[in-house]
Amino acid sequence: MKVRQFLVLGLFACALLISSGALAAEKIIAVDGSSTVYPITEAVAEEFQKVYQDVKVTVGISGTGGGFKRFVRGETDINDASRPIKASEIEACQQNSIEFIELPVAFDGIAVVVNPKNTWVDYLTVEELKKIWEPEAQGKQIRWSDIRPGWPEKPITLFGPGVDSGTFEYFTEAIVGEARKSRGDYVASEDDNVLVQGVAQDEYALGYFGLAYYLGNQDILKAVPIDSGQGPMAPTPENVKNGTYKPLSRPLFIYVNRKSADRDEVEKFITFYLEHAKDLVEEVGYVPLPEKAYELALERFRKRVTGSVFGGHGATVGVSIEELLKKEAQ
Amino acid sequence: MKSALGTDMLLVRKRQKEKVFLVLATLALLFSLVVLFTLIIDAFLDGLPRLNLKFLTSFPSRKPEEAGILPAMVGSIYVTVLTTLFAIPLGVGSAVYLEVYAPKNRLSAAIEASIATLGGVPSIIYGMLGLELFARVLQLGRSLLTGALTLALLVLPIVIVSARESLRTVPQSLWEAALALGATRWQALKDQILPVAFPGILTGIILTVSRAIGEAAPLIMIGALTYVAFLPRGVLSPFTTLPIQIFNWVSRPQKAFHANAAAGIIVLLAVTLSLNALSIVLRNRLEKRAPRTL
Repeated sequence: MKVRQFLVLGLFACALLISSGALAAEKIIAVDGSSTVYPITEAVAEEFQKVYQDVKVTVGISGTGGGFKRFVRGETDINDASRPIKASEIEACQQNSIEFIELPVAFDGIAVVVNPKNTWVDYLTVEELKKIWEPEAQGKQIRWSDIRPGWPEKPITLFGPGVDSGTFEYFTEAIVGEARKSRGDYVASEDDNVLVQGVAQDEYALGYFGLAYYLGNQDILKAVPIDSGQGPMAPTPENVKNGTYKPLSRPLFIYVNRKSADRDEVEKFITFYLEHAKDLVEEVGYVPLPEKAYELALERFRKRVTGSVFGGHGATVGVSIEELLKKEAQ
Repeated sequence: MKSALGTDMLLVRKRQKEKVFLVLATLALLFSLVVLFTLIIDAFLDGLPRLNLKFLTSFPSRKPEEAGILPAMVGSIYVTVLTTLFAIPLGVGSAVYLEVYAPKNRLSAAIEASIATLGGVPSIIYGMLGLELFARVLQLGRSLLTGALTLALLVLPIVIVSARESLRTVPQSLWEAALALGATRWQALKDQILPVAFPGILTGIILTVSRAIGEAAPLIMIGALTYVAFLPRGVLSPFTTLPIQIFNWVSRPQKAFHANAAAGIIVLLAVTLSLNALSIVLRNRLEKRAPRTL
């Protein structure tokens, strides 16, 4: 008796849920991709839905590559990306006859940080960073004194993001010279807060991660200015914006499916995105592009200019705002 | 005298050994309790100030103090309930077949071995299966239904194993008596065996609920989202769940989000406990009504 009642109840609940599902035909904009870009898109989606209450925006965090895997199948309308689209991804788009519009939305810096008790480091050159992080350094214990004479004869404890991270990909490209080439014997975590805590607790530590994580923890970390040949530059939002914090600042993008762009709600969302990005980007801890860049991006979207200006190279180092603008204008 | 003293010594030693064992066992218990309570207390200290009605009824936001957990909480409850609805008929059915009907041959031995193995497969593998099978081949998309079906597969081995265990505890005499009285196997099962085994099966369901509600990896794989500012309107709606929302808050740079994560953990604990409590109440009621066995 009891068993039958239970089964009937279950079937009834199933039927109810499924029938209610059939009613759901809503205007949904599906966004997925980079967890770095996520806070920006989340902020835009939040404000957008206050104005357009009949549209629903969903944002996922599958990572830039994971998001593109969906995007090339036409499963999402927009992909958040912390690097330009790769050749293999462009090819996959072509196979599925999907065209995309590439839009830069913000700049992000990568901060190199040490413990606040570290009084000796005044700046590091790109060469010095390379010596610390290149794959050849694997297994060798590098002491601070090996980097510059006079610094303590203590081994450097290294902290950095895991290999699935876009930050890892960009840092290795910018510092070692080839993406994904790095020593492997450092404390790696996909969770940047673990890296923050690690550096904050070890006097001889050195680590790198997204600028926002430094800005949120300035009381327990010290940022190292980077010298790429034109004098040491601190990772401040200003230096990222004016392009002097080289080579560790990178552009962030959204990629819009060309077909989705013609849907009224998606068109409104992208327009809203580019019009409000400046304020919202800053609010969530990233560096906005100059106003001119947003105007150009909007124009690019209105004209439905498809394809990537980066030619499928993936992580591209040393893209300044001017270059980006020039590429946009072409 | 000597021999009596010897026995005494032996007894004393035995007792000493027992005392040492008792201390070790108590320490083992204390260790896990201390770890558990440290975690819970830590979450409560960080999260309790953040926990209020507004937090429970708001949507996620870029502003930590305005962000709430409503869609994740509702999503978690939906997914867990749907998962249980799918997993129980399938799991109990398989268990009944294996226990009552299956012939003892190589094929059923192979099936049994597979079920035991499936229980140990990492959950992300189920996510990949769910993505391909439910989201893409069956065209269900990144919906609640896909999530629930994937989790149902994930928990199926637990349901089958525990249902078989409880079917085995039903005395053979009950089965034989029913058949002797002329009942068919189906009648014996339906009226005698299953009602007796049912409370035990529900225990398996409690385990299922706890497992399903804490999973994040397979759901991220099938495309459960992080930012959803609306409630699911049906089984084909996009959704998010508590573990995913907590994971996202923990990994944000701003410390205020970490307090949100702690508050989210408290909510997750509360939802898990109340779903478990529901199963336990259900089990106790059924236990009282079940026919007495001798």
